[in-house]
Amino acid sequence: MNLHEYQARELLKAAGVPMLEGDVATTPDQAEAIARRLGGGTVVIKAQVHAGGRGKAGGVKLAKTPLEAREHSAKILGMTIKGLIVQKVLVVPAADIASESYVGLIMDRETQRPVFMVSAAGGVDIEEVAATAPEKITRLAVDPRFGLLPHQALGLALTLYPGFAQVKAAAKIMGQLYTVFTGNGASLAEINPLATTPDGTVLALDAKVSIDDNELDRRPDLAAMRDESAEAPSEVAARTAGLTFIKLDGNVGCVVNGAGLAMATMDLVKYYGGEPANFLDIGGSSNPEKVINALRIITSDPNVKAILFNIFGGITRTDDVANGIVAATRQFKLQVPIVIRLTGTNEAEAIRILQGVGMQALNDMDEAVKNVVALAQAAA
Amino acid sequence: MSIFIDEETRLVVQGITGREGSFHTNHMLAYGTNVVAGVTPGKGGQTFAGKVPVFHTVAHAVTATAANTSVIYVPAGLAAGAILEAADAGIRLIVCITEGVPVMDMTRTMLYVRERGVRLIGPNCPGLLSPGSSKVGIIPGNICAPGRVGLVSRSGTLTYEVVNHLTKNGLGQSTCVGIGGDPIIGTSFIDVLAAFQADTNTDAIVMLGEIGGTDEQKAAAFAKANLTKPVIGFIAGQTAPKGRRMGHAGAIISGSSGTAEEKIEAFRAAGISVMRRPVDVVELVRARLR
Repeated sequence: MNLHEYQARELLKAAGVPMLEGDVATTPDQAEAIARRLGGGTVVIKAQVHAGGRGKAGGVKLAKTPLEAREHSAKILGMTIKGLIVQKVLVVPAADIASESYVGLIMDRETQRPVFMVSAAGGVDIEEVAATAPEKITRLAVDPRFGLLPHQALGLALTLYPGFAQVKAAAKIMGQLYTVFTGNGASLAEINPLATTPDGTVLALDAKVSIDDNELDRRPDLAAMRDESAEAPSEVAARTAGLTFIKLDGNVGCVVNGAGLAMATMDLVKYYGGEPANFLDIGGSSNPEKVINALRIITSDPNVKAILFNIFGGITRTDDVANGIVAATRQFKLQVPIVIRLTGTNEAEAIRILQGVGMQALNDMDEAVKNVVALAQAAA
Repeated sequence: MSIFIDEETRLVVQGITGREGSFHTNHMLAYGTNVVAGVTPGKGGQTFAGKVPVFHTVAHAVTATAANTSVIYVPAGLAAGAILEAADAGIRLIVCITEGVPVMDMTRTMLYVRERGVRLIGPNCPGLLSPGSSKVGIIPGNICAPGRVGLVSRSGTLTYEVVNHLTKNGLGQSTCVGIGGDPIIGTSFIDVLAAFQADTNTDAIVMLGEIGGTDEQKAAAFAKANLTKPVIGFIAGQTAPKGRRMGHAGAIISGSSGTAEEKIEAFRAAGISVMRRPVDVVELVRARLR
């Protein structure tokens, strides 16, 4: 789960990371009031959306006066960036910048540890630096049982600054960032840029934090930071129903049990010339309610021209899925054709249930995918 | 013969009295797995299914039954603790089925497990099954058949789909291993490839990967350098969008890294036969065994 910049700032601030005071606004009035409260000088208005390239899209603007802050906010609020509507803006004082560094922390799959990445080439996309000038990035894997050790933090900071006062300040900030990372079950925490001002002060000007989704069950405080307005409504509905759902642009709706099989099913739709409308994993348990919710969510997408069920019964009982399909069709009329492939646990019973209401079930995945692609193409 | 589990396996089930644990223990017993003990704190002294003694801790179970392998079906928040407990009690192979284990827990747990030379499989995996001898986890026994194809996968039901094709076409398996879909897992593709290479009863290896991370790319390089047995590979997620977690916590394309294309390319470069569809496994395995 990605946090907004203003939320990431709150976590960093709580850990003691030095930052400029700022606040978040949902209306131009509020933005103007914040700009006044911050002293009436030049501020930056930053769109709070989960999308990179905010600046290029016009979502970051400099405002010299509180009135200008109001005008810019009026333009940015409601603007669409990469399909997402801006609902909030962050208002922070504009800083005089002498230098920009990058300090980031990721959960690294390769070393299986938290890994620091720091670079004196900050303020730009770090992936670009990693691709074009990897020698400019210093990496350090941390033993999570000991945390970031003082000499490690100093070593990293020494790659960023010539003056020891700044080295010390940066090392302290790295320790604080590490605390934010581990204390909140983050998969990423970064400060970009970590800036110095002309008087030599080191401070964080932008912050980004992503939380491991697996952390949210035991951390309601973090789960409460989720901004559902920043997601597709169908994805919010799916999560509430306990389904994993990702909306795509195609017209073949897919209901599958298991993430790997769900991906392979989407790929097979493409292989046979179709385009999947979604990723949807109903999971291992085969509660008929999940099937009903899955169908409801998929059929709410007007692009969907045909629906494919692909169920390999292991723990999932195929008769439960069949019962869910029958129950769903009783609750609401399906406007699009449906192709059902099921095999495995209790498959004979499942086929009997479906035949009882005049539905067919196929046994072969390829045959089912070919059928559903043909139906979707005929309807398009 | 098989890898990791066989007739010598003496299994302790952590979370044996829970809903998942009891359901799957019954299936493992029915398959013939040597389930020697169960653990549920507070339920020590009970007996499961009329024959499996239940203990408060893994250490007690090991002392009383000489268990050497553990399978974990406890809730996500308790899974890391269960892994550490098993490692501490001297268990040599730990299979963690639990899905949703916080990665922050796993980063600490993996170091502890590795330092003790213990093998962890998972978390978030279906476990493993050596047809005809032992099943540890949740892979349905009825779709597998004894034979000479080794299978390793990051997924559950996709594994069943592919195994089903193999079995229906007379291609039995030595062992099927699900290594799990999380970003931090105990056993990698490379570990399993090396074990299959050393197993005298495995002739060909099927490797089912997916988007996210670089484990498949590294496995491909390893296979090219170290394996004499043929490898047949599949990558799920060719149609997955970037930056989205596709069900499995580890199935995510970060930036431009971890795509299906780059993994398929790595497979090809290493001489691995690439399946475009799950059903292709049959022809490709046959072709490589000829």
